[in-house]
Amino acid sequence: MTPAVPSSPALQVRGLTKRFDRPAVDALDLTVRPGEFYALLGPNGAGKTTTLRMVAGLLRPDAGSVSVLGIDALADPIAAKQIMAWVSDEPMIYDKLTPLEYLAFVAGLWGIDPGISGPSAHDLLVSLGLEPHLHERCEGFSKGMRQKVALAGALVHDPRLIILDEPLTGLDALSARHVKGLLGDRVRAGCTVIMTTHILEVAERMADRIGVIASGRLVAEGTLEELRQQNGRNDTSLEDVFIALVNVETAAA
Amino acid sequence: MSSAAALTWFARHEIRLAWREWLAMMTGGRRKHKRAVIGLILFAAFMHLPAYAVIGRFASLRMPLDKSSLIVMSASIFLAWALMLSQAIESVTRVFYARADLDLIMSSPASLTNVFSVRIAAIALTVTGMALVLSTPFIDVLVIGGGLRWLSAYGVVVAIGLSAAAVAIAVTVALFRLIGPSRTRLAAQILAAVIGAGFVIALQIAAILSYGTLSRFAVLTSDSAAAYAPDADSIVWWPARAALGDGQILLRLLAGGLILLGFVMAVFSDRFADTAVRVSASGARTRSGSGTAAFRPRSRQQALRWKEFKLLRRDPWLISQTLMQLLYLVPPALMLWRSFSDSSTAIVLVTPVIVMAAGQLAGGLAWLTISGEDAADLVTTAPLSPSRVIRAKVEVVLMAIGVTFAPLVLALLFASPFQAAVTAAGVAIATISAAAIQLWFRVQARRSQFRRRQTSSRLATFAEAFSSIGWAATAALALTFPLAAIVSGLMTAGIMAATWKISPRHG
Repeated sequence: MTPAVPSSPALQVRGLTKRFDRPAVDALDLTVRPGEFYALLGPNGAGKTTTLRMVAGLLRPDAGSVSVLGIDALADPIAAKQIMAWVSDEPMIYDKLTPLEYLAFVAGLWGIDPGISGPSAHDLLVSLGLEPHLHERCEGFSKGMRQKVALAGALVHDPRLIILDEPLTGLDALSARHVKGLLGDRVRAGCTVIMTTHILEVAERMADRIGVIASGRLVAEGTLEELRQQNGRNDTSLEDVFIALVNVETAAA
Repeated sequence: MSSAAALTWFARHEIRLAWREWLAMMTGGRRKHKRAVIGLILFAAFMHLPAYAVIGRFASLRMPLDKSSLIVMSASIFLAWALMLSQAIESVTRVFYARADLDLIMSSPASLTNVFSVRIAAIALTVTGMALVLSTPFIDVLVIGGGLRWLSAYGVVVAIGLSAAAVAIAVTVALFRLIGPSRTRLAAQILAAVIGAGFVIALQIAAILSYGTLSRFAVLTSDSAAAYAPDADSIVWWPARAALGDGQILLRLLAGGLILLGFVMAVFSDRFADTAVRVSASGARTRSGSGTAAFRPRSRQQALRWKEFKLLRRDPWLISQTLMQLLYLVPPALMLWRSFSDSSTAIVLVTPVIVMAAGQLAGGLAWLTISGEDAADLVTTAPLSPSRVIRAKVEVVLMAIGVTFAPLVLALLFASPFQAAVTAAGVAIATISAAAIQLWFRVQARRSQFRRRQTSSRLATFAEAFSSIGWAATAALALTFPLAAIVSGLMTAGIMAATWKISPRHG
């Protein structure tokens, strides 16, 4: 059975702007549909992370609007945060807690019934290959293990929109496959995933649509086929398309 | 590059690292070094005034000294040595656990024995250098007041600095051998914290038990101490005699310090390298709890409080700091017990000590809970308003302070209900003030950066100290001279208001 898809976009960003020394995000418009796997690509410093941090409520935009599944995230951030999850490229977890304790804390913050979150946390950690480490404090964990704990924390409250900034950094091949499988399952269950990545193969294989951002603006968007057509060549890889788009933008700047 | 040249190059590298670490500590990591250095020089010049008040009257001391003076002087030098030892133990553990360059060094073709010899020397240099900087105002005052012969006190600082570094390395490496790398970190941190305070506190306890006073000098200047002290030509008095200008003994002390350090370098350089390898190889994993118990029905604020308490309980650094704060409470607690038994009025002294300890401990706890958030993104993206997050964190500080100090206040209740009420109010106000200062000056940081908290905002550090002292004085005056307490309370409230006015949160 196909899960019900809400009518509002999972994410709608209009005129989103943020300046530091220079414009980091420049009047960005972006729409992500519900139940979609959306990959946001761009060179270093393009504004991907700044955009997603504003969506997640970690940065206040200078201008623009952010709507998450119909909720105005700037006017009612708590309601928006209740249905969202954020995973950064640098896993931020507590060294002195065990993975299970960390997930219990996250579930508590999101107000999830322990009867649901307890078994769910256990299953999530097991599915990510952390079963032998459930009761060990995270202080001795490798970066990949920490990233998996952070990811499990993001999923334990069953969010409807998951935002991930470079989630596969530091993961070995098997762990990366676990994570990709888990995200794919969530999308099939109706959840929306927005992910930045430098691993273009992942975007090529997993994303329903791809957005390319450069100098704080969306320079191209669509399925891989649509991007190829925009680039004028049907047989090129995403890497070729990406480099061509970014080069054009850099030359224009 | 020849091995001698490589060693010199590495020594220069170590000195550069040590200098930059020291500069970052002194300037709070700010880039405007010139202004910070000028500020430090002015501060050092200003420090000559309190140094004069403390030590100025001893400038005319000369050999031969009576035994009481020798005991006081030697005890002061021993205290300085204990503090250097404490700092050196911390430096050694930092080299093992916190330096990010161990992998690079150990994968290089350089001789590890030589490299770690240089590193041991760098530790000794850093510890001695810091001690020289701190002792300069005091020695200057002695030189100005008592003549150039006091310059030899600088030599004594160098000699005890070298020996403190040598002992610290031997103790830390021995701890590694005895209890393993994972436990050594905690043990060394606690040891470093306790060593510095332990000597002073032990003297105070002896003074209370023997003479009913908090003054440690009561023990040192007592007849019984003089009776047990060795003769004037004993080796025990060498540091004091060297500080007083005995050049021959100073040379012996310096030679002794250098030989000890050289011996430690020769014996421990290999083991130092071996220990560093074992630390980097040990993926210390600690098992904790059943896990399922963590999933209990609780509100969002309760979840935050649960997390904060769990992290506080499992934080070895904090345990050592708390232990030290509590150690400082042992003498007033003993005083309380003695006063209660003979109805002495000295019991009033207990209140300001408790209030001040509460303010200081609350400052550290408030930094850990409010600023030291390792998963800042997680907490910020949680469906919880920032004010509720802050409230939960401040509640943790209040609860921790309440649990720590309630037994003392309860004990006071038996002696004097009024004093207990004043003490409780003082503890509460000092705690709230410390938490408020941390809120006004909060800068997101990792908990492991706790050591740097005092250099990230000197203003917050001074405000915290003045607030603790102010509320402690107000509480003491409330018991003895209530009108003066009103003035003192208003002045302290004024300090808090001024702090708020210049804090980044207000601006």
